[in-house]
Formats: sequence, structure tokens, C-alpha cells
Amino acid sequence: MTATVPRLSASFDEAPLTLVRRRWRPGLLLLLLVAFVGLPWLGNDYWLNAILIPFLVLSLAGLGLNLLTGYTGQTSVGAAGFMAVGAFATYGLLLRVPGLPLPLALIGGGVIAGLVGLLFGIPSSRIKGFYLMVTTLAAQFFLEWVFAKFPWFYNYASSGTISAPRLELFGHNLGTPVGRYLLTLSCVVLLTWVAVNLVRSQVGRNWMAIRDMDTAAAVIGIAVERDKRMAFAVSSFYLGIAGALWAFAYLGTASAGSFDINRSFQILFIIIIGGMGSIAGSFIGAAFISLVPILLSHAGQWLFNGNVDAGQLQNLQKVLFGGLIIWFLIKEPEGLARLLGDLRERIRVWPLRF
Amino acid sequence: MNFFLETLIGGLLAGTLYSLVAIGFVLIYKASGVFNFAQGTMLLFAALTFVSLREQGLSFALALLLTVLVMIVGALLIERLVLRPLVNRSQITLFMATLGLSFIIEGLAQGLMGAQVRALDLGIEDVPLFVGEIMISQFDLIAAGVSALTVAVLALLFNKTRIGVALRAVADDTRAALSLGINLNRIWQIVWAVAGVVGLVAGLLWGARQGVQFSLSLVVLKALPVLIIGGFTSIGGAIVGGLIVGAAENLAEAYIGPLIGGGITPWFAYFLALIFLYIRPSGLFGDRIIERV
Repeated sequence: MTATVPRLSASFDEAPLTLVRRRWRPGLLLLLLVAFVGLPWLGNDYWLNAILIPFLVLSLAGLGLNLLTGYTGQTSVGAAGFMAVGAFATYGLLLRVPGLPLPLALIGGGVIAGLVGLLFGIPSSRIKGFYLMVTTLAAQFFLEWVFAKFPWFYNYASSGTISAPRLELFGHNLGTPVGRYLLTLSCVVLLTWVAVNLVRSQVGRNWMAIRDMDTAAAVIGIAVERDKRMAFAVSSFYLGIAGALWAFAYLGTASAGSFDINRSFQILFIIIIGGMGSIAGSFIGAAFISLVPILLSHAGQWLFNGNVDAGQLQNLQKVLFGGLIIWFLIKEPEGLARLLGDLRERIRVWPLRF
Repeated sequence: MNFFLETLIGGLLAGTLYSLVAIGFVLIYKASGVFNFAQGTMLLFAALTFVSLREQGLSFALALLLTVLVMIVGALLIERLVLRPLVNRSQITLFMATLGLSFIIEGLAQGLMGAQVRALDLGIEDVPLFVGEIMISQFDLIAAGVSALTVAVLALLFNKTRIGVALRAVADDTRAALSLGINLNRIWQIVWAVAGVVGLVAGLLWGARQGVQFSLSLVVLKALPVLIIGGFTSIGGAIVGGLIVGAAENLAEAYIGPLIGGGITPWFAYFLALIFLYIRPSGLFGDRIIERV
């Protein structure tokens, strides 16, 4: 494709016209090297367990929701419901299919979540906007209820929870913090690569056309209903795998309550803050959402010497988050990803302003 | 048969409370096209303010008056700080802004007034009344009466006052209303204030029923199916929708619930709404949307 686009200069590579960029990207390689080798080597258990793993899982969930909400324009407030499907399905597969390797169980969990997503995506052919949101709310509450109500899903445990099975791959134990981190990282990198390619394929372009105006998309011959349902399925697949990782790589023990409506909102906030319709935005938003509370609680302890009530700090956090969301919507509707992009552009052309 | 009637009437009375919450939504949606997710936390905030003022030893009337004032000031602030900068943005953006707003109000309410459950005594005794052999909760009956009164007052406001006519003009055609010299910002302030006061009434009734606490703000989620069934743009629809949801929920819990394990109220209303949506995509009384490219 690149050959058909006239190249004027090196900077033309950056222009949105360029359809596919196949450049040597040392920055990306360096990042991957640091993530795969540097961090497990340098980071301690606290960093891996409490910061990096949740950040990565939330990024993946944000990515999944972004495919549906950011790229296809179908607002969903049921993300956590599909995460729960992924978690419980993976658990069930590992439990009931002996000898099933972990990656296959994860994919299986994702596929089951995708099918459930497809089911709840069916109304999208007739219903739009806020009305569709109610469908996703129905999914959220219904799925939460199912996983709390029927003991079969949590193997009749008296606590109603599911615990991480033994995580291993080719005989390697992945139960250690480093192991769980690497498992999460591999899933995230792989699925991100798929997503990057997906959104610039025909399907991804159809999604964006539907987002921008679905009636117009239908007029130019896009199978709107099919593509909407596909977006639901793919998004739920991502969310399902994120849910399984959230339950087994991060929490260790999960129940239906780990995937309540607040988790759904959290993931929605990730993509609002990070940037709707931006892959990088999912990661930036997740970093923001998972780091700010930690920073805030440290700052609170440092400022008030632990004299301040944890509940009050949480309230302060809520006010701050709410304020930030409104501020973003007013000042930078395209999220942190756009903000960083602008910054990078300014650094690139510095010291000339234009 | 008696059990059926009791369940039905109990559901209908509870439904009037759903309607009251839903009306707050409809008011704002009609006038500004905003789907106000913060309605639930506004309700919580109002009820908490009222309870806190009562705990300070204020009389019922004074506490009520002060809470109304607080809600009006809140509406002015929201209009100035959130709505005005976001004018002309898409509906989804505005919805998300109210999502942020709900976090702010929730944090403020619990930060300033505490997160523990407060009892709210409106001085209504909850003794069961017997009509023939059917038991009816007196509290529910009075709550339904208050809801009906609120709706009547709103109807008067909308149909008989200049402000009401201006509100309806804005809801009908914002641009035409603007060109006639109606001050849109003022209308938004009024609508949000009225929605806040409706929220206060709903908050007091709900709060007296289940205690004033965080879960009060979740009533907002119950109002969604009501809106779906009734349509986003019709106050009459909100009332009918509330009654349908209340009655259906109670009946389903009593008759379908035992068959599939019980506890189905959290999601049953949404499924009901889905069924309605399949048949009528813009609700029973909602405006039909015509799509143009």
C-alpha cells in the first residue's frame, strides 16, 4: 500500500494518509526488552504483584472495551460481566478437562466469553445508543447473578469463590510473581499485536465507519449488523481473557463480586481518560487508573502522617477521578493518548514551532 | 388470588417510587438532551443533606427548605462548570460527564456527611392496612400519594407557567427556542434544580424505606429500564414504565423466582426492558427517531 502513496519527505511517514507503516522501531523493541527481561529481573514482588500485573490486565480489558466502544461506538457498561465469563469459563475448563494446557484454557475461556458477548450483542442490530447501554447493563447484572447463584460454576465451593489452579506451562511453574507477570505480559503483547492489525484491517475500518455514522456505513455497503455483532464478540473475547488473568494472575481467588458494576465503570474510565479509539490510550488510561490511587494514598500518608482516615482518602479519590473525567471531556476529549501525541510532535519539531 | 393481588399492589406502589426517580431523568433529558447518570447520587446527596440537617436539630420544614436551597446551588454549579463548557458535544460525551459528576457528588456526600447508614424518620408509621383480605403497606400508600402530588405539581409547572412553556419550547426545538430569546443556560439551571428537588423527594421516600446510605444511589440503575419502557422523553411514559417495572418485578420474584433459584430482581427489569425494546425500539411513548445521512 505504501508504494501507492507518494512520499514527499520522511515526516510524511507520520501523516495519517500512510496506511501501513513498516518501520524499524527501536523504541518498541527496547520497551519489550525492558518489559520481558529488565522488569522481572529488577522489580521486586510488590512491584510485580501490586502494580505491574493489575496494570497489564486492566490495559487488556481497556483494549477489549475500546474495540467495542472506542472503535465501533457501542457504549457498554457491562465489561466486567464478560470478564467474569472468561474467568469462570477458564476455571471450569481447567477443572473439568484434565491435561488441558493453560494457553488453550485461556483461549477457551476467551472464546466462551466471546460467544456470550455475541449473544448480548444481538440486540445491537435494532437498538442504539442509550437503549443499547441497557442491554449491556442487563448482561452485567444477569451474569453476576448467574455466577453467584449456581454452584456448578464455582465447583460447589462453600465460599462461592474460584481459586487459581496450578499455573504451569510445559512443566514450568508460573505460580511465582515473575511467572504470573510473564504470563500476563505475553498474553497482553500477543493480543495487542492482534488488535493493532485488526483495527487497520477491513473489519477495523468497517467498525470505525459504523462508529462515525452507522446509517451512512450501511449505505456504502457495510454489513452493519454483522460487524456490530462481531465487535461484541471480539471485545468480549479480550475481556474474557483479561477476566481470567484478573482472577488467576492477579487476585488468586475471585468470586462474582470481583466483577461488579464498579469494575465495568473502571474500565470505561480507562478508555475515556486514555483515549477512545486508541490502542495506546488503553495502556495509558490503565496506567493512570492503577497508579493514581497508589500515589494518592502514599501522598496522603506522607502529608498527614497517617492521621487521615482511609475512607476519607477514598472519597477524595472519587472526587478527583470525577473531576478529571469531566476535565478530560472538556479539554481533551481524545484522552491522554492525544495529549502525549501532541507533546511528542512538539518535541520532534523543537525548536521550530511549525 | 389474594396473594397475587397483594404482590401486584405492592409492586405498583413500589413502582411509583421508580417513576419518581425516572421523572428526574426525563426532565433533564427533555430540556438538555443529557442522560443524567448523576441523578442517583443527587438523590443520595439530597437525602444525606436532609438527614444531617435533621441531626443538627433543625425542624422538618427548615431542613427541607435548606436542602432545597443546597440542591438549587448545586444545579447552578453543575450548569456553570460542567454543562456550559460541554455545550454542543455528543450525547455520549455528556453522559460520560455525568458519570464523572456522579463520582464527585458521591465522594463529596460521603466525605462531608459520612458513609454509615442513617435512619430517616418521616413520621409515617409503617402499619399494614387491610382492604378486605388484602394487606397493603401504609407507608407505600403514602409514598405513592406523595409521588402523585409531585407529578401533579410538575404538570402545573409545565403547563401553566411561563417557565414551563419555555421549558417545553426548549425540549421541542432548542434552536427555535433560542431564536425566540429564551435563555438556554437559565432553562438548564431551572431544569437541573427541579430535577434536584424531585431527587430530594425520591431520596426521602427511598431513604425512609431502606435507610440513607450509598446503595441509595444505585436506584438510578433501576430507573433505566423504566425509562426504556416509557421512553426517554415522556413524563407520562416514566409513570407508566415505573408501574410496569414495579409490578412485573414483584410478580416475577414471587412466581418465576422460585423456579430458577430466586433473587432475580437485580436483572429482571432489564430483561423486561429488552423485550419491550425488541417490539418498540424507542419505548412506549418515546419520540420515534428518523435517521438521515
